[in-house]
Amino acid sequence: MKKIQIKLLGISLLLLVMLFPSCTNDLNQSPDNGNSIPGDEFFADPASYKQNLAKLYAGLAISGQTGPSGTPDISGIDEGESQYVRGFWLMQELTTDEAVMAWNDGTIKDFHSQSWTSLDRFITATFARFSFQIVNCNEFLRQTTDEKLTARGVDATLKTEIATYRAEARFLRALTYWHLIDTFGGGSLVTEDSPATFNYPDYATRAELYKFVDEELTAIAPLMKAPKTNEAYRADQAAAWMLQAKLYMNSQVYINTDKYAAAVPLLVKIVGTGYAIHTNTAKTGYNELFLADNDKNGAQNEFIFAVAFDGLHTQGYGGTTFLAHAAVGGSMNAASFGLNGGWAGIRTTSAFVDKFGANPVDKRGQFYTAGQTKEIKDIGSFTDGYAIQKFKNVDKNGVQGSDKSGNFVDADFPIFRLADAYLMYAECAARNAAGASLTTAAGYINALRTRANAATIGSLTADAAGLNLILDERAKELHWEGHRRTDLIRFGKFSDGSYLWPWKGGVAGGTQTQSFRNLFPIPANALASNNKLQQNPGY
Amino acid sequence: MKTIYKKLSFLLLLLPFCVLAQNTFSGKVLDKVSGQPIPGVNINVQGSTTGASTDFDGKFQLSNVKKGDMVVFSFVGYKSQTVEFNAQQSITISLEEDASQLKEVVIQVGYGTVKKKDATGAVTTLTTKDFNKGPVSSADQMIQGKVAGLQIINGGGSPGQGAVIRIRSGSSLSANNDPLFVVDGLPVAAGGVQGGKNPLSTINQNDIESITVLKDASATAIYGSRASNGVIIITTKKGKAGDLKVTYNGNIQVSDIVDQVDTLTPSQFRDIVNTRGNATQQGLMGQANTDWQDEIFRTAIGTDNNISLTGGQDNLVYRASVGYANLNGILKRDNMERSTININLVGNFLDKHLKIELNNNSSLINSNYSNTGAIGSAIRFDPTQAVRNPDGTFFQWYNSPTEINQLAGRNPVSLIEQFNNLGTSFRSIGNIQTEYKMHFLPELKAVANFGYDEMSGTGKGNTAADYLNGLPGSGYNNTYSNTESRNNKLMDLYLNYNKKVESMNTQFDVTGGYSYQDFKDSRTSSNYTFENNTTTEGLFTPTRVNLQSFFARANVTIADKYLLTLSYRRDGTSRFTEENRWGNFPAVALAWKLNEEGFLKDVTSISTLKLRGGWGITGQQDIGVSYPSIPLYLASNSTAQYQLGNTFYTTYRPQPYNSNLKWEETSTVNAGIDFGFLNNRITGSADVYRRITSDLLLYTQNPSFFGFSNYDNYNVGTIDNKGIELALDLVPVKTDNLEWRIGGNITFQNSEITKLTTVLDDTPGINVGGYAGGTGNTIQNHQVGYAPNSFYVYEQAYGADAKPIDGVYIDRNKDGVINEQDKYRFHKAAADVFYGLNTSLVYKNWDMSMVWRGSWGNFNYNNVDSNAGNYQEILLRNTDLINGVANVLETNFSSQDAKRYESDYYIQDASFIKLDNIGVGYTFNQKPNSTSLVKLTLSAQNVLVITDYTGIDPEISGGIDNNLYPRPIIYTLGLNVNF
Repeated sequence: MKKIQIKLLGISLLLLVMLFPSCTNDLNQSPDNGNSIPGDEFFADPASYKQNLAKLYAGLAISGQTGPSGTPDISGIDEGESQYVRGFWLMQELTTDEAVMAWNDGTIKDFHSQSWTSLDRFITATFARFSFQIVNCNEFLRQTTDEKLTARGVDATLKTEIATYRAEARFLRALTYWHLIDTFGGGSLVTEDSPATFNYPDYATRAELYKFVDEELTAIAPLMKAPKTNEAYRADQAAAWMLQAKLYMNSQVYINTDKYAAAVPLLVKIVGTGYAIHTNTAKTGYNELFLADNDKNGAQNEFIFAVAFDGLHTQGYGGTTFLAHAAVGGSMNAASFGLNGGWAGIRTTSAFVDKFGANPVDKRGQFYTAGQTKEIKDIGSFTDGYAIQKFKNVDKNGVQGSDKSGNFVDADFPIFRLADAYLMYAECAARNAAGASLTTAAGYINALRTRANAATIGSLTADAAGLNLILDERAKELHWEGHRRTDLIRFGKFSDGSYLWPWKGGVAGGTQTQSFRNLFPIPANALASNNKLQQNPGY
Repeated sequence: MKTIYKKLSFLLLLLPFCVLAQNTFSGKVLDKVSGQPIPGVNINVQGSTTGASTDFDGKFQLSNVKKGDMVVFSFVGYKSQTVEFNAQQSITISLEEDASQLKEVVIQVGYGTVKKKDATGAVTTLTTKDFNKGPVSSADQMIQGKVAGLQIINGGGSPGQGAVIRIRSGSSLSANNDPLFVVDGLPVAAGGVQGGKNPLSTINQNDIESITVLKDASATAIYGSRASNGVIIITTKKGKAGDLKVTYNGNIQVSDIVDQVDTLTPSQFRDIVNTRGNATQQGLMGQANTDWQDEIFRTAIGTDNNISLTGGQDNLVYRASVGYANLNGILKRDNMERSTININLVGNFLDKHLKIELNNNSSLINSNYSNTGAIGSAIRFDPTQAVRNPDGTFFQWYNSPTEINQLAGRNPVSLIEQFNNLGTSFRSIGNIQTEYKMHFLPELKAVANFGYDEMSGTGKGNTAADYLNGLPGSGYNNTYSNTESRNNKLMDLYLNYNKKVESMNTQFDVTGGYSYQDFKDSRTSSNYTFENNTTTEGLFTPTRVNLQSFFARANVTIADKYLLTLSYRRDGTSRFTEENRWGNFPAVALAWKLNEEGFLKDVTSISTLKLRGGWGITGQQDIGVSYPSIPLYLASNSTAQYQLGNTFYTTYRPQPYNSNLKWEETSTVNAGIDFGFLNNRITGSADVYRRITSDLLLYTQNPSFFGFSNYDNYNVGTIDNKGIELALDLVPVKTDNLEWRIGGNITFQNSEITKLTTVLDDTPGINVGGYAGGTGNTIQNHQVGYAPNSFYVYEQAYGADAKPIDGVYIDRNKDGVINEQDKYRFHKAAADVFYGLNTSLVYKNWDMSMVWRGSWGNFNYNNVDSNAGNYQEILLRNTDLINGVANVLETNFSSQDAKRYESDYYIQDASFIKLDNIGVGYTFNQKPNSTSLVKLTLSAQNVLVITDYTGIDPEISGGIDNNLYPRPIIYTLGLNVNF
């Protein structure tokens, strides 16, 4: 007995000693199948680069990795509210004469009354979304450097393609930085060269961010694909020029320097590309721009850069799903919009309606008036204020979009379109910028008017009247596309008392608001987590 | 080898000489009262190492005994006897039960047992007689209110609803605060499974023999990882040798609702709409008077039956039991059906050198979850509408006959009737433990424990075809299915050396070993949308977490008076990177049994007096996610793709990760005293503790422009927990016919955050605690110098009439603006004191018991009132009406300012005293010396609540009161028959 026991003991001890190393190896765990892939394995697949690029574009469209919601990009906030276009839209449109919101969600009414604080959860969500987008673009650039690609053995064809991807990632980053400059002013300047380990990024002023974006766009434009040669929904040179032109147009606001003259050559180049205003004989070309099939009914030729949505594949509660649903209420028939119901939220003020005059033939004035009053007594009541029928989930023949349950909308959202470039050129002319001709400008304005069945203008003058015409024309053409606040600030009419609209500042007839309202506050919890950031004045 | 043979044969030759010089002492040991033989009696020769024990028939044979030797016979629960050996041929010893020793409970302390009187740590054990009686269906319900320092709050009144269990407040902020559960030596995985219920309800309560709660580090450090929040050891019943014994336990229970939310009555509602609403809103009202809460709740009946068989022959004893429970909840359609089977086999072989124990607890639970959304909907649905329309369809809000009202609430009865939410879950916990006492060295024992914990479950459901009349967007005919499968394995290998060194009068009990645990989890989910005829699959990655550790412990007992325990454990986890993977967890404890000291030994009125002190470090790494430290890319699912060109691409997102994550460590200092007087008629203990947790794991905010998301896991700070626990048990009356016991425990606790590293100075801290009514807004806050989860609110302004002024708050920092800088910390959810009181009376065949429980200093945020107590909420839209709560008539709030949700008016004192359980039992004429009995019991649970809190129940874990599933009063009639 004893011998066997000793033998057994010895063998088991030996086994144990041999087992231990293999056992302790089990402490190295990483997922080996499923939907999470360890970083180094991910890039071993050549298809991964485009899939990662797709996420950078998708950052504008959806709010997470599960549609419509489930694995959010941003924590601590309702996922629909954290979507890029929705958050940006609230800040750019609800604060102006173009839109009011009936809902009582938190502080959403503070936008129109221009009384928001640094605690506002919508402002916080958009700031977090900008941060998310920039950091992800930076990571993509870190992972696609020449050294990394060579080390992974990526072949030459793919490398050249990735070079384009890199330029597009830099474009997307520049786009978000421009949005940041426009809405918040300063922030932090982080690029792929910033440290990847935990750190508190330094504060960068508006001027510093402006300089970065300007230099970036100059650098990447030659690296991007020629206009209209890239595949759908991917940015090309025209988009880069457009963004830089936007930067220059607003540089008086951003860095107190007039650069309209620098914008003109860029606009001339854009106009000279293959993009064209979408028209049709029925004069419904404008209306077709915002329908479910605006990726194939001709609108796509006018869109320089658009965000793609799809009722089956790109689902979310932001973007055009939000814009279409929230605009339907009262006695409006949701089915005719391709929706299963309305969210009874957004409509417009009389100040905007009046720009079209009484009995407009201009098809850009798509007001729904049945059961709606033009003047607003109670912002919380959807039937106060005319509704706008712009974004719809039906195609040009009235057929519902791909989601038969009427939840998610197919319509794409244009970030930049040619009509905007026309009006920017016209504005440069009206501001006497060198290289912009008033005659050409008038021609552009008339092209847009003719497309929409509106009466044309005789000529454009470079004076206050001309500027007012441009500002109003931009409202009529580009309303609800996220431009209004920027335009009003550029024309000095956002917080100013020179232009009042219903319920501006929380007063029925409108009132002047504080000039510091031209910038949104850095969110309180962003300051709490990094006190190098500096708050904007007044907050 | 040959030389050994030679030595052996030489020894054999010597034997006859031995026989001449010494004798064999043999005989039998019997129980004095019953005359039954007692196996396992220890027989020792004083002054020598010679010893033996009695076999199954009570017989013993002791060799090498010299004439004049004193032989001591001892056994747990009996008075020892000493006999002088005078070369008797055969002797019969009758041992007498020792009443005081009967209280000698043997407690599990991890990889071994000690007697309660020798325990050095803060440990409380409850056995069958201590457990709460009545309609308990899980282990947590059995010990609620019975242990100082242990707070159990269930999530609501649904059968099988899980509970939040905290030992000494829990030491983490975002990491798991649950204690570690060990079932029959197997640490089980935390959490349940899809399609399941409270994971503790998978063990039938009738099968539980004892529950031991380990509270301080010296007790828990041996479990190292996973033990920072205390350990609860559940031991199931084992077999008893002898003839087959059958035990039946069954009960029938009736549950009834106790309290409902005070919503506006139909007439109050009509008044409000007629005075404050516009014409459109007045036109929306109906003619009916519906109490929606009445419509969704019911009186529920349940049954729970269990049969067990136990017996054994020779060296093999067994116990098997089968149980079936069918419990209905007070919410209509809520049902849990549970079948359990428990098998236990203990075998002793090789002359008691090899013990093999096999345990298996398996259960199958079928649940109908009903639709708990109906509870919130019932509070907010228009009381002037009838449940059904004249044509039989459910009343719902529509914009037109062809368009649903997307924003309105849904008919609560339709939510229950037109949705199916079902679940099936299976769990099996089993282990086989072998203990081998070395033949050449009986003091050395090798133990191998192999265990598994398998759970699998499916949750599925569908929406009725006529839900919302099948209109577009209603979700009719949609189905979903979620499955989950978890496979956990455990292997423990250790050696134990237990020897008394007579020369030093010291007992050494040394253990050392290795443990390997592996946790696998995989799940799937799919959703079918009928209108699009599409199925969307969820995104999941199978996960695996691996824990390994090396541990050692030494228990040294000097002169049976001075006790020392030293333990050390080194744990590694797969959650962290290699640099941070391993944690070291030492512990030291000392105890002094004063009553064994010379000056007290003869004082008969003191039966126990022990001073204890200990220090130790335990670790925590369970932050929920399995791979927080490595870079991962997450794919999008089929509905979150992005189109580039003509192709929809699956997008990949880099996930936030922190490669610097490391163990959260809690260091505990505990001092205590255990006492027993007057032959244990008075027993009790007092403990003082301090726990400091550092490198707290917290899911917290990233600085802007850094990090792949705005939140990530970090080690961020320190929490300081302090407390005092007191427990006392008295037996004031004890005669042959009457026994009255009364016992109580009280715990004082205090927690404070002392450091947060990712929060900079002069900032408000970390906001937590979401609530209904403001998505993304929070009501609680963590900040240095305050209790964790303190309520962070605005100060409500009151008028001269002591009524709150609508929408007006105090400008605390006097800057002329009311904004977030005017918020302040006002109370917290955790109690300052909680206590329990129990008493039982046994008179002849009758017994009666009562359990009270209470808590003081805990506050709740009344989210029901804050969300529904405002006129604007009722008259929110022109398309539908929403009911409110009666509180609105007191406050007359109508402001829409979002700050109203965060007013300190809604932070209300929720201190309470509850009569948790009261019961009466009668044991039918029991024959003496017989184990058969028939007993009938009648009891009620959740009988009475005394509180100032105005919500329906003051006991809410986390302190945010919103749509609690009401806790019913349950009347039970039970029958216990032992054959």
